Amino acid sequence: MRASQFVNTLIMKEFVSAFFLAMRYFFSPKPTINYPFEKGPVSPRFRGEHALRRYPNGEERCIACKLCEAICPAQAITIEAGPRQNDGTRRTVRYDIDMVKCIYCGFCQEACPVDAIVEGPNFEFATETREELYFSKEKLLANGDRWEREIASNLAADAPYR
Amino acid sequence: MASIKVDGTLVEVPDYYTLMQAAEAAGAEIPRFCYHDRLSVAGNCRMCLVEVKGGPPKPQASCAMSVKDLRPGPNGEPPEMFTNTPMVKKAREGVMEFLLVNHPLDCPICDQGGECDLQDQAMAYGVDKSRFHENKRAVEDKYIGPLVKTSMNRCIHCTRCVRFTTEVAGISEMGLLGRGEDAEITTYLEKALSSELQGNVIDLCPVGALTSKPYAFNARPWELNKTESIDVMDAVGSAIRVDSRGREVMRIMPRVNEAINEEWISDKTRFIWDGLKNQRLDRPYVRKNGKLQATSWDEALGAVAARIKKAGNKVGAIAGDLAAVEEMYALKGLLASIGSGMTDVRPAMSGIDPSMPRSAYIFNPTIAGIEDADAILIIGANPRKEAALINARIRKTWRAKNIPVGVIGERADLTYTYDYLGEGFETLADVAAGKGSFGEILAKAQRPIIIVGEAAVSHANLGKQVGRDVIALASKLANGANVAEGWNGFALLHNAASRVGGLDIGFVPHDGGVCSADQIALAGKGELDVLFLLGADEYDMSAMGKAFVVYIGSHGDQGAHRADVILPGAAYTEKSGTYVNTEGRVQQTARAVFPPGDAKEDWTIIRALSGAIGKPLPYNSLAQLRSAIYAEFPHLARVDEIEASDFAALTTYANATIMTKSAPFGSAVADFYLSNPIARASAVMGECAALAAGLRQAAE
Repeated sequence: MRASQFVNTLIMKEFVSAFFLAMRYFFSPKPTINYPFEKGPVSPRFRGEHALRRYPNGEERCIACKLCEAICPAQAITIEAGPRQNDGTRRTVRYDIDMVKCIYCGFCQEACPVDAIVEGPNFEFATETREELYFSKEKLLANGDRWEREIASNLAADAPYR
Repeated sequence: MASIKVDGTLVEVPDYYTLMQAAEAAGAEIPRFCYHDRLSVAGNCRMCLVEVKGGPPKPQASCAMSVKDLRPGPNGEPPEMFTNTPMVKKAREGVMEFLLVNHPLDCPICDQGGECDLQDQAMAYGVDKSRFHENKRAVEDKYIGPLVKTSMNRCIHCTRCVRFTTEVAGISEMGLLGRGEDAEITTYLEKALSSELQGNVIDLCPVGALTSKPYAFNARPWELNKTESIDVMDAVGSAIRVDSRGREVMRIMPRVNEAINEEWISDKTRFIWDGLKNQRLDRPYVRKNGKLQATSWDEALGAVAARIKKAGNKVGAIAGDLAAVEEMYALKGLLASIGSGMTDVRPAMSGIDPSMPRSAYIFNPTIAGIEDADAILIIGANPRKEAALINARIRKTWRAKNIPVGVIGERADLTYTYDYLGEGFETLADVAAGKGSFGEILAKAQRPIIIVGEAAVSHANLGKQVGRDVIALASKLANGANVAEGWNGFALLHNAASRVGGLDIGFVPHDGGVCSADQIALAGKGELDVLFLLGADEYDMSAMGKAFVVYIGSHGDQGAHRADVILPGAAYTEKSGTYVNTEGRVQQTARAVFPPGDAKEDWTIIRALSGAIGKPLPYNSLAQLRSAIYAEFPHLARVDEIEASDFAALTTYANATIMTKSAPFGSAVADFYLSNPIARASAVMGECAALAAGLRQAAE
C-alpha cells in the first residue's frame, strides 16, 4: 500500500467528496417536474396534435386544396371535397387524419396555403382505443376551437423566421 | 422546303411552317397559351416570343410568323431563330408577369390546379415576384350551361374557347367583348351553349377559367388512376381516358386518335360518368309473385336454367346498344348449344341482311377519309346527334374545301350549310337516277361519300325491304361513273357501339332464327318461352307477352323493369370488351374500376349459365374466350385496324330491283342526351336533355 493511498483512506476522501456532491445537488434547483401537475416549456414550433382552424368570423379555413393529403409521407390524411351546399364554395366533405399512421413530420402545415391544418402544442391526447385516434373533421375543428389562442400565438412567435 | 437555323442547328422544314413548328421540328420547346394545333392562329398571348435573325430586331411571336417571312443573310446563309437567348428569357418573364397581373393565383381552390398550363409555365419561364401592387381586376362569372363552369377572374384571354366554338363546333355563341382591362369572354346573353362538343373547351382552356361543372372540386389530377379506353356512347368509338379514384369513375377525358376523334369528344362521352354510379344493378334479382326480389347468383342462375331446360330451343336473344363482342359471342354460343339461332343485334326491321357483305354495313370511306371527300350526301341521318365527331369532321372538310353537302331526311342544324333535297325515299330514288342538281354533282364526284343513317335503313312500320332498297340505291350512288379507283364512298352510320361487332360475329338470325321484332312478336304470341335481353332497353317491353325475360346488363332501365330475372353485368368502364366502330375498326375497352356489388363481367355470367344448364361453353378465361373468337373471326384480333372491305361485293347490290315507292326518313336518335341506359341514369345528361328540350321549344 502506498503512502498517498493510506492518507486518502485515513481522511475518508471519497466519502467526504461524495457527501459534498450530494449536498450540492440537494440544494441546486430540480430538473424533474411533477408531470401531470407541472409541465415543461414547449417550443412554438412544437408539432403536436392536429387541429383545423377557423377564421375569426367562424368560417372554416380549409379550402380542400388537398395539398396536405398529397404531401403526407405516411398517407395519413384522407380528404373528399365538393361544393358546399349553401354557397357553392370549395370545402371538404370529409377530412380524416389517421393519427396512428401520422409521423408528426409537420409537412401538412407547411403545405397548407391558408394555415388551416396545424400541429398544435397539445401532446396529451392518448386514448384508450385505437378508433379514437382516427380523427374526423369535427374532431379536428373542435381541436382548433379549443387550442386557437395557443396556436395563434405560436404562429405569431414563429412568423419572423418563416 | 426552307432551311432555318434553330438555336444553331440547321433544319429543313416546309416553307409554310411557322417558326413554332420549325422549332418543334428541331426539338426546341416554345411555351404557348393561345396557339393550338387544330385552331386558327390568334397570336394574342405573346408567350411564344423568340428572337430572329433575318427579320425584325425585336421579339417575334413564333406562332404567327412563318419561316418564309425571314430573309436569308447577305451571303445566302439561312435565317436564324433563337429560343434560349437572354432576350427571349426576358421577353417570356415579362409576358408572364403581365399575365399574372390580373390572374387571381387561387390555385389551391382551382380545379385546374395540378394540370394547368399557366401554373406549369409560370414555374418554368416566370419569375417569382411581381411589381404590380394595385388591385387586381374582377370579372363576373358567366353562366354558359350546366356542363362548363366559369371562373372569369382566371381568364387570360387566349380566345381558344371562342375559336373552338366558332371553328370546330360551329356555333358562334362565344366571343371576346371590350378592350384592354375591360375585355371579357362571354356568351353575349348569358345563355347556355348549344353545342354537343362544348365540353372540349374545358380541355382547351389553358387556365382554370372554364372547368367541368359536374366534376367541380371532386378530385385532384394527381390522385386519379388513368385508364386508356374506348367510348361506347355512339358507334364512333372515340379514344378516351377514364380517370378513376378507388372504385369510382371521377371523369372521362379524350385521348388523341387522329383516325377517329382527333382530340375532341362529345359531351355525352365526357359527362356520362355520373350515370355509372346511379341505377346500378348490383345484385341478381328474381321475380316472385310479380315483384323483383334480390337473391343469390346460384338461385338466379338456377331459375334461368330451369326455364331454359323446359323451353327447348324456343329461346331468343337481343343484344342492346352497349354490348361487347365477347358477351355476344358467348350468348350466341349458349343459344347454339340448345339449338336456337334467334339472335339479333339490329334495331327493329333493319334492312341490313345477314347475307350482306361487310362493306354493306360499315362506314367504308373511314372517318379520316371524310377529309378527302368532294361531295357528301346524308340520307336519313342527323350526324350531329348520332355521331357528333363525324359531324365535326364533315364540318372541318366543308370549311376547308367548301364541298357540297346534301341531306335527305330530317331537316336539322348540322353546323354547316347543305342542300336540303327532300325528306324521303322518293327523293333518294330521284337523286340516284341522277335527277336534280345534286344528282349531277354526285354523278360528277370522284370521291363522294353517301352516309346512310339507321333511320333510313330501319323502318319498324314499313318492313325490311325499305332498308334494303335504301342500301341498294346508296351503293349505286357510291359507285358512280367518275368515282376514283379504290374509293368506296358507301358509309353506313350506325349509332350504337355494339352493332358492327355483333354483325361481324353473326349475332343475327341464323339456323331458322328470326329478327328482333319478330322475336318480340313471337314472345307476345307465347311461341317464344325465354328471351334474353343483353343490355337491350330500346325495344317495346310491353309486347313481350308471358315470355320469361332474362335481363343481363348494368343499369335498371326499361329492360330490367320487364325482366323476370336480372343478372347484373358490368358497364363499359368495368370490363375489357371488344367493340367494332362504325368504320369497322376493332378496338378494346379497358377495365378502370370493378363492377359494383355482386355484378360480374357479362361473358362470365353467360359462361356460368351454360354450366347451370349442363352444356358448359368451352372457355374459362377471357384469354380462352378471345382465342375462340379470334379463331373464328381473325379480323377481330387486329386491334385498331380496319379489315379491308370488298367493294365489288357491294356493287352487286347497286343493280337490285327497287320495290319501295315511298318512305319518310326520320332521325334514329330522338334525344342526343338520353340515348342509352347509362345516359338515362345520369343526372347531368337529364339536365342537358331538359335544357335542350327547352331550347327547342323556345326556338319554335
